[in-house]
Amino acid sequence: MNTRDYSLLGPDAARAVDTGLAAADWYHTDIPRKDMKALMKREDQPAIRDTVLLFGLMVVFAALGIALWPSLWSVPFWLAYGVLYGSAMDSRWHECGHGTPFRTGRYNDWVYQVASFCMVRNPVSWRWSHARHHTDTVIVGRDPEIVAMRPPALFRIFINLFGVLDALQGWKRMLLNASGRLDPEEATYIPESEHPKVIRVARIWVVIYAVTLTLAVAMQSILPLMVIGLPRLYGAWHHVMTGVLQHAGLAENVIDHRLNSRTVYMNPVSRFIYWNMNYHVEHHMFPMVPYHRLPELHAMIKHDLPAANPSIWAAYREVLPILRRQLAYHDDFLTRTLPETARPYRADLHQSALGNSAADTSTPTAVPAE
Amino acid sequence: MTNWIDACGADDIEEEDVIRFDHEGRTFAIYRSPDDNYFCTDGLCSHEQVHLADGLVMDHTIECPKHNGQFDYRSGEALRAPVCVNLATYPVKVEGDRVLIEI
Repeated sequence: MNTRDYSLLGPDAARAVDTGLAAADWYHTDIPRKDMKALMKREDQPAIRDTVLLFGLMVVFAALGIALWPSLWSVPFWLAYGVLYGSAMDSRWHECGHGTPFRTGRYNDWVYQVASFCMVRNPVSWRWSHARHHTDTVIVGRDPEIVAMRPPALFRIFINLFGVLDALQGWKRMLLNASGRLDPEEATYIPESEHPKVIRVARIWVVIYAVTLTLAVAMQSILPLMVIGLPRLYGAWHHVMTGVLQHAGLAENVIDHRLNSRTVYMNPVSRFIYWNMNYHVEHHMFPMVPYHRLPELHAMIKHDLPAANPSIWAAYREVLPILRRQLAYHDDFLTRTLPETARPYRADLHQSALGNSAADTSTPTAVPAE
Repeated sequence: MTNWIDACGADDIEEEDVIRFDHEGRTFAIYRSPDDNYFCTDGLCSHEQVHLADGLVMDHTIECPKHNGQFDYRSGEALRAPVCVNLATYPVKVEGDRVLIEI
C-alpha cells in the first residue's frame, strides 16, 4: 500500500515535479474555436440577476431572523441565511476568483471580496491556491485543495459540514497574516510581491470581526455573530456536500479531468447555490466558460465524457462505498467508463490509473464506477 | 538584428480574436482588436506557459485559458493575478492583406 504525503513541502511534491506531473499538458475535448469563443463570451446580466437575488434573499432572511430573535420561529430564517452565507458564497468566491461571471471586471472583484470574507478565505492567498488547484488538479503534493485524501479523513469532512475546521483554520490564518506573517506552505504558491496584499486584507478583516464582537459584548447577545461569522459554521453543509463530490474517490496523479473529476446533475436550488459547479469536469477542462454557459458546454462535449451522476444522492451512493474502502485500501479508487463516442484515455500516461499494470503490485486498484 | 516576418493573412484573424504563429522555435500570439488594429505578443502566458491563442480576447485584453490571468495585449502589461510578469510585445504592420511582425 502506497503512503501519500499531501503537504506541498513533502516528498510527493518533489516526485510530482520529477515525473512531469506538475504543470503538465492536460487532456481537452476538441471544440471548434468559433464555438469556444461563443461559450467564453462574457456578459453581466445573468450574474447581476443572480447576485441581486442572492443578496436580496440574504437581507430578507437576516431581517426576519433578527425580527423574530430569540424565538424558535427565527431558526428557519437563520438556516436559510446561513446556507447563502456559508455555502452560496463558496461558489461566488470560486467563480468570481476565475473572473468569469461578470463581463465587468470590478463586479467580479467586488463579489469576490465579499464572498472571500464570508468564507474566511484570504482573497489574495486563495486566488493563488486555486490557480495551483487548476494547474495540478489532485496531484498529490502539488494541489493544496484536495478534500478527500487517502485514507479519507472522514471525521474532518464530517465536522466541516459545520464549518468547524475550515473556518477555524481561516480565522487562525487571518490572525497570522494580520501579524505580518505567512504560513510556509502559502509561501510556496504566493509570489512575494503579493505578500503585502495578503497582510492588508487580513488586518481589515480583523477590524470587522473586532467591531462585531464588541457589538455582541455590548448587546450581551450573539445576535451580531449570527449575522457575521457564525453562518460560516451553521450554513457550511451545502458547500461541503456538493464540494466533496467534485473529486472524491477518483484517480490521483492523472492529467485527464475525466479521470479525476465528477459531473453530477443537481436540482435547481442546489445549482443556484453552487452556481453550476456540478458541471465539474467541464469547468476544469475549460475554466474560461462562465457558470451560466456550463450546461451548454456539457451538452456539447458529453459524448466525450463519462456519464454524469444523475443526482446528489446517486453520486453519494457511488462515493461513500469507495471512501469507506479507501480507509483500509488507500490505493483503491473509481475509474469512470467512457462512452463509445469518447476519445479513449491515454493508456501510456495513465497506466496505473487505468489499472492495467497488473505486474506491479503497488499499483492502485481501479474499481469501475457505477 | 530584427527583421519583418510574414505571419498571416489579415483575414485569418477575426475581429476581437487571436491566433497562434510559430517561427523558428518561437511561438507568438497575434491579435486583431475590435477597432481593427493588429498586435503581437509572446505566445505563452508568463505565469505557467499556456498558449494564449486559446484564450479570450475582450476589448484590448487577452485572458489566459488556464487560470484567467489577463494582459493588455497592446502593451503586454499584466493586469490580473495570477499573472504578474508582463508579456513581450512586437511591432506589427499590415502590408496589403498580409500581417507582418518584427522580431
